[in-house]
Amino acid sequence: MGRVQQERLIIAGFGGQGIMFMGKLLCCAGMLEGRHVTYMPSYGAEVRGGTAYCNVIVSDEEIPSPVVAEPTAAIIMNTPSLIKFEPMLAKKGLIIINSALVDRPAKRRDVEPIHIPATNIADRLGNTRVANMVALGAFLAKRDVVQMQTALAAVEEMLPPYRRHLVEINRQALGEGKSFVESRSADAIWGKITRGFGFG
Amino acid sequence: MAKKSLMCGNEALSEAAIEAGCRCYFGYPITPQNEVTSYMSRRMPEVNGQFVQSESELAAINMVFGAAVVGARAITSSSSPGISLMQEGISYLAGCELPAVIVNIMRGGPGLGNIGPSQADYFQATRGGGHGDYRTIVLAPSSVQELVDHVFLAFDLADKYRNPVMILGDGVLGQMVEPVEIAGRHVARRQAKEWALTGCRGRAPNKVRSLILGENELLEHNRRLQEKYRQIEEGEMRSEAVEAGDAELLLVAYGTPSRTCRAALREFRQRRYRVGLFRPVTLWPFPSAALASAAKDARAVLVVEMSAGQLIEDVRLSLAGRAVPIDLLGKPGGEVLQGAEVDAAIEKAISMHGLKRR
Repeated sequence: MGRVQQERLIIAGFGGQGIMFMGKLLCCAGMLEGRHVTYMPSYGAEVRGGTAYCNVIVSDEEIPSPVVAEPTAAIIMNTPSLIKFEPMLAKKGLIIINSALVDRPAKRRDVEPIHIPATNIADRLGNTRVANMVALGAFLAKRDVVQMQTALAAVEEMLPPYRRHLVEINRQALGEGKSFVESRSADAIWGKITRGFGFG
Repeated sequence: MAKKSLMCGNEALSEAAIEAGCRCYFGYPITPQNEVTSYMSRRMPEVNGQFVQSESELAAINMVFGAAVVGARAITSSSSPGISLMQEGISYLAGCELPAVIVNIMRGGPGLGNIGPSQADYFQATRGGGHGDYRTIVLAPSSVQELVDHVFLAFDLADKYRNPVMILGDGVLGQMVEPVEIAGRHVARRQAKEWALTGCRGRAPNKVRSLILGENELLEHNRRLQEKYRQIEEGEMRSEAVEAGDAELLLVAYGTPSRTCRAALREFRQRRYRVGLFRPVTLWPFPSAALASAAKDARAVLVVEMSAGQLIEDVRLSLAGRAVPIDLLGKPGGEVLQGAEVDAAIEKAISMHGLKRR
């Protein structure tokens, strides 16, 4: 997995799912690694329970516009977001889908989908609100945008003092997302090997 | 180096005002600049400053007037419809020669319009906006860091020339988050304000007024103002030229569209087209001479703006008498200008004017 030179990311879900936090976290981690970063929220006439989204760009070069037109990756936390953003994704783009809340898989065949039941995994960890970190962990396992340890440092930097006790569960959630993806790809490799030897 | 932090443009400009020694914020909420009002409501009390959420923008600009007249650094912020309401007060500030900083985070108009990013208040900002023969200095930042630096500059210029200064940004600039450095970046150049109304015990009273009825007095006042504006034109024009030296196609843009142009420039330079960019940093005074020199070898000029053709008028004035064709990519209506649109406009200019690769 090579270092990603420029990632243009859309993160989307319901208001309250920690969409903006995810975006700022990634942005903060990118800054800590000395890269160019921008973050742009959807703003204004949003409705409660509606779609909240943000644009994040992490790049080796100066960033022209913070507005992402053709994302190279998307993290999709609910169904309306999938409907809205799947068509915008660049070819071969990565799309992380929270399959616990999204009622259909990705339709496009020219993108790379990861279906991860982020909300269920977060529930198992004991806090449904860290589903965002599970999804982010899955994203970072696929794309070397920032190092996992920098993402963790960013969590510590961004959580206010009265939320320090949540650092640990955020760390676990990032880790769970990462291992979900890694175990999947291990399965896939094992599947190929076994098929190759005629065992499959 | 001071530590960088992540802030949206609106928060960063607020903190910059405090760093610049401003202790008076008056404003009324409006998207897309609400973070300013919100930030100031929390931060001003922490530094023993004044925060007033006024009953209207009209009240806000007059509170700024009141603070300025006693010599305090004061700032207000709003977005397009709110800035329209402030125009009377800005004319009074200009007439009374009072320093003040006004931030306009523009949104789509006319009327209430929408909340999308826009540059459609260019005419209003650069042509006066209110009544009377006056000018406001207009700064046009294109990044969160430059927005911060412009807040420092705005307070210094306002004090130096005793004139209102406007910072003209758009919704993207107000909302976007970038790493930014604020503390320690401002070298304070505070000047004593002998003209301020601070109580006249032991000295002759100061007068600050814009009602001037004596015969020829207003004429004289206007002549002095014009003389001051000429000095500002001489001393304060600012701009940036990117690879303009050998450019056959010169892009002209300010604010966030200039960033989109910069990316397009890189792309077309890689394809060996001689594309350059001229970015006015002060919109008034407009850096005409610098533009004329940047466009020296240009065979075509392409003006890119998030409005229907306002910046292009200053470009035409600056290049008057030159045979170079001036094209427009203007996107009004509070919609973001996309990179693909700029690329397409450049392609069109290349084929229309027969520009060749080198």
